[in-house]
Amino acid sequence: MKTPLSSIILVLFGSFIGSFGAVFLKLGAEHMKGSLARLLNNYWLATGIVLYLLSSVFYMMGLSQGQLTVLYPMVSLGYIWAIVWARLFFKEPFTAAKIGGLAMIVFGVALINLGNA
Amino acid sequence: MTTPTVVGAPVESRSEGRAFLLVFSCTLIGALAQILVKQGTAQLGAHVTLGQVFRHPGLFVSFCLGVITNLKLFIGYCMYGVNTFLMALALKGRELSRLYPIIALTYVWVTLLSLVWLPSEHMNFFRSIGIAFIVGGVSVLGMKK
Repeated sequence: MKTPLSSIILVLFGSFIGSFGAVFLKLGAEHMKGSLARLLNNYWLATGIVLYLLSSVFYMMGLSQGQLTVLYPMVSLGYIWAIVWARLFFKEPFTAAKIGGLAMIVFGVALINLGNA
Repeated sequence: MTTPTVVGAPVESRSEGRAFLLVFSCTLIGALAQILVKQGTAQLGAHVTLGQVFRHPGLFVSFCLGVITNLKLFIGYCMYGVNTFLMALALKGRELSRLYPIIALTYVWVTLLSLVWLPSEHMNFFRSIGIAFIVGGVSVLGMKK
């Protein structure tokens, strides 16, 4: 089975949007205060959730066709976008531990999906 | 894995342990949610391509409706909702770039759960090495600076 380019684009786009979901979640977390009313009023969190939902719709469409061994590791590329945004927007430094740990994780995800084939 | 419950540990490291524990539980809930969503999607019989959506934009709407009307999808997405809240709690005051990649542990749970539940699934070389790499990577991210 071949993996159509449209599936790859959908999944990559999903991971890209999802990584911004994480950024807005972090922004929402910093604005989080006690009461439930204020939680529901937290537009950063709401934006993050909408971005997550959007990304999952793109994943569902993308993953419905093509090889999961190819597509699933692309989902984990979202973690790489996320540490780039974290550096850009929150000044979180790149460290050897982050880069090494992330490389191991992405490699591990790829291997698990090879094992699922 | 770092254990957070050292008596007399400074508040900073204790709350860091709490953050890791929160993300850790997120991965367990997320794995169950993922299995439900996968089964729900299979029930919907959704095979939509980008081209089809461009030709028939209504497909996008019916796909979103499926999330509300299918029980498994609904419960799965509720669990994702709980997860999002727990993740936000964990992220408050903590580094996104250290906590977010830990979510990859979800892959480990999904693989292990499907080995337990589906008799047709077996552990193999790639799966075991893949799990080892993810757990190793997460441990590296969790290490004290």
